[in-house]
Amino acid sequence: MLEKILKSFVCLSVVILAAGCAAPVKQLDYTAFKQSRPKTILILPPLNESPDVKATYSMLSQMSYPLAEAGYYVLPVALVDETLKQNGMTLAADSHGIAPAKLQEIFGADAALYVTVNKYGSVYMVLSSAVVVTANAKLVDLKTGTVLWSGTASASSDEGNNSGGGLIGALVTAAVNQIVNNVTDKGFTIAGVTSQRLLSAHQPNGILYGPHSPKYGTD
Amino acid sequence: MNNTFAKRPVLSRSLPFALTACALLAGCATPSKPLYQWESYQPQVYEYFKGQASVEQVTILERDLQKIRATGSKPPPGYHAQLGMLYASLGKDEQVVQEFQTEKELFPESSTYMDFLMRKFKK
Repeated sequence: MLEKILKSFVCLSVVILAAGCAAPVKQLDYTAFKQSRPKTILILPPLNESPDVKATYSMLSQMSYPLAEAGYYVLPVALVDETLKQNGMTLAADSHGIAPAKLQEIFGADAALYVTVNKYGSVYMVLSSAVVVTANAKLVDLKTGTVLWSGTASASSDEGNNSGGGLIGALVTAAVNQIVNNVTDKGFTIAGVTSQRLLSAHQPNGILYGPHSPKYGTD
Repeated sequence: MNNTFAKRPVLSRSLPFALTACALLAGCATPSKPLYQWESYQPQVYEYFKGQASVEQVTILERDLQKIRATGSKPPPGYHAQLGMLYASLGKDEQVVQEFQTEKELFPESSTYMDFLMRKFKK
């Protein structure tokens, strides 16, 4: 009896592992992305739909990593924010309203990333509370105004605890433990996980590799 | 009744499955070498956003830059530009231009924006 249970457990875990790997997702249309082949990306300050005022700049601070590691030149986010403010664009929403051609003229970027943070902060559940960060983004060609890519992602500090996330869950746990030991706020760390899920290349419906990556042009 | 089945060792049956599982997982996470050495660039950018430019931020970024150079890696896009901006708010004019120039050399595609910043700065 015990052996039977063991066997079925092993089989089941293989199925679960495989399912976690390749979730069947609708294939995104990459035609415009491949035609445009942007090299430089301007990340605009994200719009914030959450009640936490930290959301915009926490998320903005974390998004350079996945995009640069995917192979793009990411314009320095703090400097871009300063330039926008010096030109009267004090709110994130203001910068989202600037004409693409104007952005290209000043920043020399090929594409701009428009991000909205949907959720940022604590979500209280029965026995615990979790920090959740959810965001969506679209990449827009600044010459033509065409949307090249769009996506959405979420991360939660609670993922590691129910062990459903496999490897990713373990990574989240590691990331969270890291800040538990540090003094920084949890939202910033979770925003980092959300950013990587949202903007990494080499994942279903992710962005394509950029010119600094050795894998540029292979996807 | 079920004895013959039950006597078979569990391992011989489950091992192939376990190996498959490992292979599948390995396919999932292929950690390739990062393009840049980030150190605390992003947390320091966040520090800047939370408050203002400080000598401490410059100290940390310059210290990290030594680590990056020691391993022969590249700092990420924006790293030198960020330093330039911090130097500007601390009134260290010479370093400002130098940092923007370094950003330009490392990433020529930043030229339009770096030139724009240097024009503004020199006014």
